[in-house]
Amino acid sequence: MYVAVKGGERAILGSYALIGEQRRGDPGVPELSLEQIKQQLRLAVDRVMTEGSVYDRDLAALALKQASGDTVEAIFLLRAYRTTLPRFGYTRAVDTAGMRLWRRISATFKDLPGGQLLGPTYDYTQRLLDFSLEAGGETLPPAAQARAEATVAEAVPRVVDLLDSEGLIEKSAMDPSDPEPADLTRQPLDFPASRETRLQNLARGDEGFLLAMGYSTQRGYAHSHPFAGEIRYGEVEVLIEPEELGFPISIADISVTECQMVNQFAGSKTEPPKFTAGYGLTFGHCERKAMAMALVDRSLRAEELGERIESPAQMPEFVLSHSDNLEASGFVQHLKLPHYVDFQAELELVRKMRAERATDAAA
Amino acid sequence: MNGLTPIDLSTIGRGFDNLALDSQAVFRLALSAMSRPGDIQELTAGIESPAGLHPAAGAVLLALLDQDTRLWLSPAFAGGHVSTYLRFHTGCVLVADAAEADFVLVANVSELPALCALSLGSEEYPERSATVVLQVEELSNSAGWPLSGPGIEGAKVLRIEGLDEGFVTQWRQAQAEFPRGVDLFAASAGSLAALPRTTRLEA
Amino acid sequence: MNPLDMQTSSIAVTPGTRDDGYNFAYLDERTKRMIRRAILKAVAIPGYQVAFGSREMPLPYGWGTGGIQVTAAVIGPQDVLKVIDQGADDTVNAVNIRRFFQRTTGVAVTERTREATLIQTRHRIPETPLAKHQIIVYQVPQPEPLQRLEPRAFETRRMHGLAEYGLMHVKLYEDIARFGHVATTYDYPVMVNDRYLMAPSPIPKFDNPKMHMNPALQLFGAGREKRIYAIPPFTKVQSLAFDDHPFAVQKWSASCELCGAADSFLDEVVVDDRGGRIHACSDSDYCRERREGSVQP
Repeated sequence: MYVAVKGGERAILGSYALIGEQRRGDPGVPELSLEQIKQQLRLAVDRVMTEGSVYDRDLAALALKQASGDTVEAIFLLRAYRTTLPRFGYTRAVDTAGMRLWRRISATFKDLPGGQLLGPTYDYTQRLLDFSLEAGGETLPPAAQARAEATVAEAVPRVVDLLDSEGLIEKSAMDPSDPEPADLTRQPLDFPASRETRLQNLARGDEGFLLAMGYSTQRGYAHSHPFAGEIRYGEVEVLIEPEELGFPISIADISVTECQMVNQFAGSKTEPPKFTAGYGLTFGHCERKAMAMALVDRSLRAEELGERIESPAQMPEFVLSHSDNLEASGFVQHLKLPHYVDFQAELELVRKMRAERATDAAA
Repeated sequence: MNGLTPIDLSTIGRGFDNLALDSQAVFRLALSAMSRPGDIQELTAGIESPAGLHPAAGAVLLALLDQDTRLWLSPAFAGGHVSTYLRFHTGCVLVADAAEADFVLVANVSELPALCALSLGSEEYPERSATVVLQVEELSNSAGWPLSGPGIEGAKVLRIEGLDEGFVTQWRQAQAEFPRGVDLFAASAGSLAALPRTTRLEA
Repeated sequence: MNPLDMQTSSIAVTPGTRDDGYNFAYLDERTKRMIRRAILKAVAIPGYQVAFGSREMPLPYGWGTGGIQVTAAVIGPQDVLKVIDQGADDTVNAVNIRRFFQRTTGVAVTERTREATLIQTRHRIPETPLAKHQIIVYQVPQPEPLQRLEPRAFETRRMHGLAEYGLMHVKLYEDIARFGHVATTYDYPVMVNDRYLMAPSPIPKFDNPKMHMNPALQLFGAGREKRIYAIPPFTKVQSLAFDDHPFAVQKWSASCELCGAADSFLDEVVVDDRGGRIHACSDSDYCRERREGSVQP
């Protein structure tokens, strides 16, 4: 006689044990320390912090370790933890013009105040596998010398500020009523979405998704002709201003990557031609993400700038509803859950329709 | 923290003993009331509500208000101990204009503002509308208006002491705006009943 | 620490033990209040989807985070919880969600529909009729019934505002023209209280009639899409239909191999590699009750 399948709970507990074993790998190989992950997988840590919306290198490293290096899973762990954290207050807006720069490049001006600072980047490495790393006997680079060359300038003006002084770029004027920005971690996304809401969504958005969306704008799916006005990576100070103190105090220095894409705008009857900007900002060093975000931010401004909306990257609902990798990953992967009942319902209908067709054919 | 002027904490009565469990218990009664319009729920909350505030009304507000909700108090409560008590325990934002409030606390039926002057929400966002907590002397199912609509099984009547035909007229006016509308809790000292916007009152 | 890393394993009708490391029902009090306010408005406007600030839960989106948040906002120590997926208490996701609540609330759990005060479900409504004192919470993947016809939420919100549902009628009518039937077999759209078009979640249309005038409160939670909606008890719920194509539920020529039921929704089970199939109740508790003889066929 048929006996229905049981034992779901035992199977789950068994899967915990197996995934734990798989995560640890060969116990004869030393265990990874969080310090090793923080120091040696720092770009993975940066991505997890950015899309996990928590600036905490230790937690991001822990999440990466627990997730066996799966960044999206690590982002999930960090976000779920973040939800449980109390809020103590709100910081002032970070001033990126005052960034202590580790890297700063502009593709629009050969030279500019503050200069070009190549800094740490894989850009001009020749992508040849370095077998000296394989052996574990890495010779340390002459760090002191490299650091001396990477002069960290103080308060270097941003490229858009230079264009602004000539009136060549749009001014992103502050709303005089200075409204509280929406908080997507506490309020549902609603349409139409303001630019600050869109930027918040993009900042948490999946790097791969934004990369593909941004890329599509360069291939004719949007009317975008971008220049990398400036990309800067460095450290900024985070300030809070407790009501009872009445003056700001510094609570942390965090590293961020900022990208300003400069786009042409033909102008209108009322406005002379000028440049418009797309904006990207990430925690840590996530340059690809910051650039893609800036492209998508600009393309999502199509309606505001009176451009024809024809491409996915110009459609706020399309982009913002699909950018979050936890939403996307969860829903795609939920197809693993049992759907016996719905499948049975469909099966019944298909059989019925086939039977009707056979009857019709016979008649 | 939320702009309160210094207050003497010893004058503020006790709220919920166990924030999580008491809030949940009161919410469940409020949910039953809203799901079954006209059903009278016994609500004996162990809170020290200030003079004038029915414990049942106070408990519902302690369970539902927080920093994200705007509360309007009818004149008998505005600026007094009730306002201090609710602000202290919930952090809610007090508003002077009833039309801006998410929750409207009415000390007695004579202070009930015109329902259509409250926030009714919009066609597209009908939930962005006021919830009225009206203090009444007595609730009874043995006489009163016959009720009909979702949540009501068979014949049910509700009498809210002090409300007259004028209220029925107002209620119907607000209902004509459906799905816009207001939802109402009526609280006596120890009991609670609700009229969601879908409940029809036969006069 | 992984919140799911719990070692207890009782799934009988037993009280649980709460892990004090988490707030009661996991969510913080302010989040619960926000959800509770949304639930009250949802009940007051039957079938209307209330947007809420869905939180990131320690379970993935699409796996019941909406139902879990609704349950977490509603559940109290006196409740007896039942969790089902595909009608069964023992499917892995149901087990996982039940374990989550055992751990974070310590409430008693049961597999018996009659004993439960709170039932969280995915894809089924129990065969045993629900009672007045019960609340059923549905996990909802796509709360917007019009989404497949009009993916822009801005537009569907407008349509609900105006009760402009022609698009759905046209879709169903096209099905009939093409297939001779409405080709929707689950998540079959309903009108609630003659006003709002509502997605009943992916329950088979077999279950739709159970929603109509049900004595229990029905709550729906969609975590990823951030919506909560409700059907109060004793509320009119009609499956869309046409006069010449009335709504009809699935029927089987087979009956349950285990309990002989001919009136319940049946799962088809492949039993050998030669295409052999049998049918068994999807509702495991109903099937058990019948086998134990507590329900007369």
